[in-house]
Amino acid sequence: MTEKTPAVERRKVLRVIAGAVAAACGATALRLFGGSAKAAIRPADAPPPAIPGYDWTKHRWAFGVDATRCIGCLSCVAACKNENSVPRDTHHFRTWVERYAYLNGSDEPVVDSQSEPDALSTSPGNPTYPYRFPDRYGDQVVDKAFFVPKLCNHCSNPPCVQVCPVGATFRTKDGVVLIDQDYCIGCRYCVQACPYGARTFNEAMGVTDKCTWCYHRITKGLKPACVEVCPAGARVFGDLNDPQSDISVFLRENRVNVLKPEMGTHPNVYYVGIDRSVR
Amino acid sequence: MMSVAMTAVARMGWWHVPLFHASPFTGYVYPNETIIPWSGLIVVYPYITGLVAGAFIVSSFYHVFGMNQFKPVARLALLTALAFVICVPVPLLLHLGHPERALEAMITPHWSSAFVAFSYVISFYICVLLLETWFAFRADIVAMAARGRGLRGLFYRVLTLGSDDVSEHALAYDHRWAYVLAVIGIPSAALLHGYVGFVFGSLKSRQWWSSDLMPIIFLFSAVVSGVALLILLYIAVSRIRGLEPDKRCLRGLAAALWSFLIFVLVIEALEYVTMFYRAEEGVGMIKALMRGPLEDWLLIQWGGSLVALLLLTWLLAFRRTGVFALAVAAALVLIEVFCMRWNVVIGGQELSKTMRGLIYYSPPILGRDGVIALVMILILPLLFLWLFVRLFPPWDDMAAERGLDVNEI
Repeated sequence: MTEKTPAVERRKVLRVIAGAVAAACGATALRLFGGSAKAAIRPADAPPPAIPGYDWTKHRWAFGVDATRCIGCLSCVAACKNENSVPRDTHHFRTWVERYAYLNGSDEPVVDSQSEPDALSTSPGNPTYPYRFPDRYGDQVVDKAFFVPKLCNHCSNPPCVQVCPVGATFRTKDGVVLIDQDYCIGCRYCVQACPYGARTFNEAMGVTDKCTWCYHRITKGLKPACVEVCPAGARVFGDLNDPQSDISVFLRENRVNVLKPEMGTHPNVYYVGIDRSVR
Repeated sequence: MMSVAMTAVARMGWWHVPLFHASPFTGYVYPNETIIPWSGLIVVYPYITGLVAGAFIVSSFYHVFGMNQFKPVARLALLTALAFVICVPVPLLLHLGHPERALEAMITPHWSSAFVAFSYVISFYICVLLLETWFAFRADIVAMAARGRGLRGLFYRVLTLGSDDVSEHALAYDHRWAYVLAVIGIPSAALLHGYVGFVFGSLKSRQWWSSDLMPIIFLFSAVVSGVALLILLYIAVSRIRGLEPDKRCLRGLAAALWSFLIFVLVIEALEYVTMFYRAEEGVGMIKALMRGPLEDWLLIQWGGSLVALLLLTWLLAFRRTGVFALAVAAALVLIEVFCMRWNVVIGGQELSKTMRGLIYYSPPILGRDGVIALVMILILPLLFLWLFVRLFPPWDDMAAERGLDVNEI
């Protein structure tokens, strides 16, 4: 071993470490900004690809639910599952319907939905109405009962978007909260953050899934599938920028409410005819 | 086509693991809630992170605060922190639906997400730990490089990074850097674990999580679990090596465990008392949660804590060094903290967002978040620790054999 002063020795070691760090940084920078890697990496807030003939700055979508009209036929649930390839089990829904029943003498309602295990396959031969509410209450006297359709509220202040670590879920300029499933890492933080239980994890795809208000349809001038099939007119959809749209009329003519307003999420699904017990 | 065939094959075999694990429920829960999003893997993650933070604090007792009685475990604590910290990403990567996209959180971060901080904090922390360990063990590495032959010798020679100076001046330099890094490491450890608490405490959607005390509870229970782990490791390793553990060191560790445990228990109790005293909407469901799916876990958590506290109080009050009693207390604390993590992570999801129902989660046996996988992930850091201890013996009593002055290490 040759005699070296400790200071010189130390400097040499530090130089080697500095060199290694610089090389690593350089390699990362090349990957980030280099030509070949450009296609693979894009900023988290980059706009999604444009839809031909559609200008998302010209629309402001919103959704209305008139719970007094809902008959609980669940054709909306079936249509949504068909339209959006949602898994057909009782644990994955983009939209669902809740049934509230005040039994005689009770202050609190009994709530259930088609997700109860015995609600599936009640009419397996019927593709339009594969889901049904079970006849749960039999001969009991029901004082008051109603149905409440639920879906993503496409909040103006969405907690799910706030918590996404990669920006895979985002709010469009026309007011729809979407997920880039090619970008989602599948951490499920957004599923936790949603106060409404509107998000579900698609295990087969390894990504989160949720209602998009059928973005692929509304950007072509069509209505969301659930609105299209509702036989009772309980679901209303439209453009707030158009004063004559269904939703504008709905909001003008009704006193509306939103779900869990105390969460500060500013939902864009407006309800008519819901009870204090609805959350 | 391929996936259909694979699914068909998988369905035929006994090893078939279902795609998801739905839980039974009572009352009304949102249909999507029946599959809890964060399962046992996310229980194990803060548990391991906590052990890292706690083990690091123990090593700092000596390296930063100059408490000499902790010297026998200081370097073991450092290796423990390192062995556990490199396993922290394992449960997270297993949890992700697309682990291959994990680095996107660092390359294209979405800054408003609390998760983004994690990848940076943990990377920084791993760097600090690696550097500190290197400085703390450099003299040993140089000695082993000089003696070692073949591959093993080459390994140590590479690790010297070309610096084979073990003069008094150079060792003082190492010591100074280890000190500086330990000083940086303490806020990093606190940040890392306080952050984990923030991930839960900052979510308004879940009443069981949404609490300002959450980061503090996580932080201090982390320290408690790390100290307990070190006590158990030190006693076990001493037994294996046929030596008596250092009594002063054990007493110091017992005192540290006792004081931090009191702190944690008081804050946790305050959390419950405040919640019940305020009795805001939904408190009835919280009571139902505690009497329902969480009952056994809470019993183990609080029963274990209180028995451990009594044992430690007895040991300290009567100046005993009952190694067995201390080991039992430490083991109880390790179990208690695991139950606390479970009660937070799983408990929060068992209370439905509807505040009208409860979900009863029990972990599956197979699958990537099954019991077998969780046990393997918990054993993994111990295997790393075994390897590290073999490669870099942290014992003072062996330093003389390597021709090193014990006081210089």
